[in-house]
Amino acid sequence: MPPAFTADESQRDERIQEIGRSAPEGRAGASRYLKHLDFSILQQCIHCGLCLPTCPTYDATKLERNSPRGRIALMRSIGEGGMPVTRAFAEELYFCLGCLACETACPAGVSYATMFEEGRADIEQAGVLGGARRNIVRHATLRFLFTHPLVLRFAGRLLRLYQASGLEAFARRTKLTRLLPVWLRDLEPLTPRVQPQFSDDLIRARERPQSPRCRVGMLTGCVQDLVYPDVNRDTVDVLLANGCEVFTPRAQYCCGSLHAHNGELEVARDMARRNIVAMERLAGPLDALDAILTNAAGCGSHLKHYDRLLADDPAYSARAILWSQKMKDIHEWLVEIGLVTPPPLSEPATVTYHDACHLVHGQKLSRQPRELLRSIPGLHLIELPEAAWCCGSAGIYNITQPEMSQKLLDRKLRNIEKTGSRIVVSANPGCCVQLEAGARACGANLRIVHPVTLLAEAYRRKGSESAGR
Amino acid sequence: MSWHRRLPHPLTLSRLAADLTSILDARRILHEPEHLLVYGFDGTAAIKGEAACVVLPQTVQEVAEIVRYAARTRTPIVTRGSGTGLSGGSIPVPGCIVLCTVKMDRILELDERNLTLLAETGAITQRIAEAADGAGLLYPPDPGSMKISTIGGNVAENSGGLRGLKYGITRDYVMGLEVVLASGEIVWLGNKCVKDVAGYSMKDLFVGSEGTLGIITKVLLLLVPKPAAKKTMLAAFARMADAANTVSAIIAAKIIPCTLEFLDRVTIRCVEEYAHAGLPLDAEAILLMETDGHPAVVAEEAEKMADIARFCGAVSVTVAENQAEADRLATARRSAFSALARVSPTTILEDATVPRSELTRMIDFIQDVGQRHKLRIGTFGHMGDGNLHPTFLTDERNHAEMERVECAMKEIFEFAIKLGGTITGEHGVGLAKKKFLPAAIGDASLGLMRSLKQSLDPLGILNPGKIFD
Repeated sequence: MPPAFTADESQRDERIQEIGRSAPEGRAGASRYLKHLDFSILQQCIHCGLCLPTCPTYDATKLERNSPRGRIALMRSIGEGGMPVTRAFAEELYFCLGCLACETACPAGVSYATMFEEGRADIEQAGVLGGARRNIVRHATLRFLFTHPLVLRFAGRLLRLYQASGLEAFARRTKLTRLLPVWLRDLEPLTPRVQPQFSDDLIRARERPQSPRCRVGMLTGCVQDLVYPDVNRDTVDVLLANGCEVFTPRAQYCCGSLHAHNGELEVARDMARRNIVAMERLAGPLDALDAILTNAAGCGSHLKHYDRLLADDPAYSARAILWSQKMKDIHEWLVEIGLVTPPPLSEPATVTYHDACHLVHGQKLSRQPRELLRSIPGLHLIELPEAAWCCGSAGIYNITQPEMSQKLLDRKLRNIEKTGSRIVVSANPGCCVQLEAGARACGANLRIVHPVTLLAEAYRRKGSESAGR
Repeated sequence: MSWHRRLPHPLTLSRLAADLTSILDARRILHEPEHLLVYGFDGTAAIKGEAACVVLPQTVQEVAEIVRYAARTRTPIVTRGSGTGLSGGSIPVPGCIVLCTVKMDRILELDERNLTLLAETGAITQRIAEAADGAGLLYPPDPGSMKISTIGGNVAENSGGLRGLKYGITRDYVMGLEVVLASGEIVWLGNKCVKDVAGYSMKDLFVGSEGTLGIITKVLLLLVPKPAAKKTMLAAFARMADAANTVSAIIAAKIIPCTLEFLDRVTIRCVEEYAHAGLPLDAEAILLMETDGHPAVVAEEAEKMADIARFCGAVSVTVAENQAEADRLATARRSAFSALARVSPTTILEDATVPRSELTRMIDFIQDVGQRHKLRIGTFGHMGDGNLHPTFLTDERNHAEMERVECAMKEIFEFAIKLGGTITGEHGVGLAKKKFLPAAIGDASLGLMRSLKQSLDPLGILNPGKIFD
């Protein structure tokens, strides 16, 4: 399978420079979001520059505007009324990966994520990036597909049918994919394999271990549900093995991170409300749960901020605060309750761990996943050079900014190669899709796997040894 | 962004930018508002400017031609590296060209026989330190911004760091410079010889000249052998005077530690709140002490230093047994600035410096000033070399408070001068301290500086209005 972007590296780098520099003329609009954002958030940046070396786009172009400090200055200026929401600003903010490496580096505790979401919301409400196709695609995906869980799963089934029936292979073999418009054709190889069964088929609404010590809610995600439903099953198995009773609402809504990161804050709020209600309906009031869990880093990083998102909604603000308190990443939770040590591997294995941005930077969780991996006897963890440097997946960034995304993917794959490990562990479906596509494109024989899958496999070995779960 | 990007519009160049395209690639000339805005500030709080355009040269020839063009058209040039300065030295003046050096960032040579390193001006300090380290050598100056600061900027500001007492500052490691003069002429000053008295030591004139006398394009640095061992200790004191006495007694005992860093009470509390390092909250001062060198000497010195601290009244002395513990102890000092910067929207970091013997008086005075003007000031810094960092925790939107900050700063500088100290130990004068300079150095010295400036830059095009008018 050819790589998503076929031009040679220097051409690609020149294109990235061009995007970073571009200052197109165009309609400018008034700010509605940044302007009303608490000024202490905009002003917290002390412009020391310590975020610059950690920013993948600044690293690629060395242009101040492509750095967190530069973007914050633009957002602050818009917030203060110094400049309108321009098309150049819009393109700049969509050049940003939203990897939040800058938040980790920031000595002053700037909440870049907040500004970034409000900034993108400003861009969308001002309509400075108009364009018929963009609007149609955004509407069809963000506003429709990802707000209707049953439709999304139906679309997933259709895609599955297309892939499993051999039609996809046929279309690729006969070059029928060439009939697609260029922008779709370039993306087509990125399409992940949809699984035959989704989370609802694999997980019961309520699953109890023999002697439960806590009750947890489980979120299944969108991409995780369609592409990696087994990771969800594995998560439930690991939780059961650790004495957790698991509640998994049916046909879950998108957590809203996709919307919040792409300028649809109102839709994101709606998704948040629906998720809270769905969890309450199944598991009762939230305070009766010990934790609400996700295994997808990108979702978790957003889910933890429902309190901030719904702060101005009187009917939901208190429940959202409770939600945020209960919201935990699976690794964080397992380390917190003390993981039941799995049995040793039958054969020692070597793995390397790639930090998903929204786990290490978005949630400051880098120790816990490593700790879990090290707790599997016989598993040897090699540190990945630049483990916390974005792989270029970044939500839908690999679709919107293929050049920069590919550059980061290449860098990640080179670092993986240095470790010599054939197994790469990562806790975010976006990263996994990206790394799998990258490995396929360069013919590397890599297994990309979620930490809980390795844990689940280990527990199952124990299960099979003692005959049955 | 659009779902599939088109090429950006062709640049519509302003006159100045159009002229510059005959010198360098149009792709390295920026003049659009979104670009200019983000080069309008550096690491200094509350000072801004706006350039007419920004250029990113890649060769010394390009720099020379830009300077010749500026001389012809009487256009001011403000040289800038990564923009981490803390005195406003790289803030653009109206109508100027900002000459940004970050694209001249190669390390050209590491000469292990002469212990020198040659780098382009935009090379990142951290990269230089790493290159030296890789060869078993040390580049000692370690300014707080070294992860992103450029070596050219360090030389132009004569930056310090944590190791000043034992190893000196940037000036002590500059063996040679390539400089573009205001005429556009390229000169090479200095060489790899330890001894060289052929004429005036011209390179020294450009160290700390803040871009007002010439534009540094290459730097030849001195490296030293890496010390084989290091020992780290942390002592807590009930009185600031006890900490200061400890420092004096250590030096009187003929020990020159590589680190003697202190935190005052306000800083200790902020650090504890932020980093939970287990610091004693009732302590008035904490002293981080490190000695490096031959293992046997280090062991002996460390023991003596701990004894001296106890003798001088330390409430507790902790000696690190291993690297992990050393890192833990150093966390307190390392996170001092981060901890303070989080407390309020605006953080103003000053660097008044006094002879070591006057430290206690200066620190007492700063605390007194803070109380009198109802300001929050956290002080930390380099006790070994008398370089203090009184840090104002304030809010630039609060004009009344900002006025009190001004008054307090003035009093602090006046007192530092009275004690035989200086208004800036390592940040430079730039714009921020310009008005305090005459009092600090006197009319005769200022006159000498002016005549130097006049003879080297008769047209006044190089960073005009910085240091003095």
